Amino acid sequence: MKGNEAIAHAAVRYGLDGYFGYPITPQSEILETLTELRPWETTGMVVLQAESEVAAINMVYGGAGAGKKVMTSSSSPGVSLKQEGISYIAGAELPCLIVNVMRGGPGLGTIQPSQADYFQTTKGGGHGDYRLIALAPSSVQEMVDFVGLGLDLAFKYNNPAIILADGVIGQMMEKVVLPKQQTRRTEEEIRKHSPWAVTGKRGDRKRNVITSLELDPERMEQNNIRFQAKYRTIEENEVRYEELYCEDAEYIAVAFGSSARICLKAVEIAREQGIKLGLLRPITLWPFPTKIIKAYAEKVKGFLSVELNAGQMVEDIRLSVNGRTAVEHYGRMGGIVFSPEEIVEALKEKLIKE
Amino acid sequence: MITAEEIIKPENLVYTKPKLMNDNHMHYCPGCSHGVVHKLVAEVVEEMGMEEKTIGVSPVGCAVFAYNYIDIDWLEAAHGRAPAVATAVKRLSPDKMVFTYQGDGDLAAIGTAETIHACNRGENIVIIFINNAIYGMTGGQMAPTTLEGMKTSTCPFGRDVALNGYPLKISNMIAQLDGACYVTRQSVQTSPAIKKAKKALRQAFENSMAGKGTSLVEFVSTCSSGWKMTPVQSNKWMEENMFPFYPLGDLKNE
Repeated sequence: MKGNEAIAHAAVRYGLDGYFGYPITPQSEILETLTELRPWETTGMVVLQAESEVAAINMVYGGAGAGKKVMTSSSSPGVSLKQEGISYIAGAELPCLIVNVMRGGPGLGTIQPSQADYFQTTKGGGHGDYRLIALAPSSVQEMVDFVGLGLDLAFKYNNPAIILADGVIGQMMEKVVLPKQQTRRTEEEIRKHSPWAVTGKRGDRKRNVITSLELDPERMEQNNIRFQAKYRTIEENEVRYEELYCEDAEYIAVAFGSSARICLKAVEIAREQGIKLGLLRPITLWPFPTKIIKAYAEKVKGFLSVELNAGQMVEDIRLSVNGRTAVEHYGRMGGIVFSPEEIVEALKEKLIKE
Repeated sequence: MITAEEIIKPENLVYTKPKLMNDNHMHYCPGCSHGVVHKLVAEVVEEMGMEEKTIGVSPVGCAVFAYNYIDIDWLEAAHGRAPAVATAVKRLSPDKMVFTYQGDGDLAAIGTAETIHACNRGENIVIIFINNAIYGMTGGQMAPTTLEGMKTSTCPFGRDVALNGYPLKISNMIAQLDGACYVTRQSVQTSPAIKKAKKALRQAFENSMAGKGTSLVEFVSTCSSGWKMTPVQSNKWMEENMFPFYPLGDLKNE
């Protein structure tokens, strides 16, 4: 099935309580598939087409505040609209899942694939000091798996998680294994496992208030200190990446999502030509795989950050490498996807410099 | 003659503050309508026996801290988004009694889309709308409902319709929507008005639990601080100027 359809099936299978979305290319199949699956008749999952991306993310805020497993999905311009709500969700420490099937920008841009929302996703996007747990799938199977993983991490840390896919992964068809149907949480389970949720105040506890507001600056700073401590824990525990042909590599391409798939072919071509190229694929874009990149920085002649943008992740690689070795970027923009041959040429031109 | 000692005996009690209202000091200004409306909400929820099932959604504006005063579970929404937040809470927990509490800027300016679409979908929620024709929290700026000629800090010479457009009768708009079952305009400046308003609130909450669609209760209200009047002057000014433009009574009751 298509990557977008896989997200929809996974949402039902992982026992979500609600999906709230607004149509936008190239991810409308998620809402379409969900309305076709009619999960409200089987698992009781709510599926609602909102009047805007703004409303959809605020529905997610409401649902998450009620302790429910909820998600939304959109593509780049729509995700920009959601940023206010995402900041509130992070500020109120609510778990939820957001999916961005990226397209080329800026502005209305194009409906073709892009990875130009890396900065928006990993550096904040909305206002304030907050982080999203960002997962970058590079296959349709990972579109399925990361719905489950994203929700697990979101609920583990009471923090929003985002799947950062792109038009290639959303539209691509592959075979997938869907998880077994999980049951939705009952109200009593929510009361037990998410005691902060608004479930109706009973005599056994104080009222619950979901808010990101704290006018007292001393207490607001304490909130921020708490958030930052949580982010450090996530950075310590939740980094995920994949290494391919890195052991003997002289050069390492760093790429995520669809770019990583194309890079894998580039690695084959390079090795046929006698160039020892490896591939490091960050699976979590935040937390970023800083330590492993730092470790390889002592061994390799250079890193090539391969992204469908003007050079965004390359900044995090440079921060990890901290001047120890060369770091270059190769990218195409605006909906154009590079070929493996172009990547190998860029490697030769920018790093090998024969 | 009844003595003071006898008057304070529980059996002689004729009035008490609802149990759901806690003892936190209200941040509202003297003469403000919010306090009375909060009390009415607390009374209705209590009388319906829905204390453990009621979830409020507070706005951005003066009522942002409504959650400090009524002892139920609350969500504090982003500016204008309360109806979207309430939509999800109610759809995901249909056994709960869910309401939003919003001012004119929140509901009729920045949140117009969320308000209209929640009502149009017929969400089984109650929308409580405080219309005092001014932005109170930010210091008295022009609201969508500010009357023509009325002075605020962003229309210091009076609202000029050529420049700022017309005061918005949003409840009349919402009354046209098929999803809204009950739209009414009330006030709380006199005892009879308070009684009527409470009855309207009760009906709105009952509608939401009966699954009849969206109920919107507008309260034409005062803002002594924003209007730069005493509470008494404010009530008089409201009666003389607000009521003719925003007449009280049911706009729709199906």
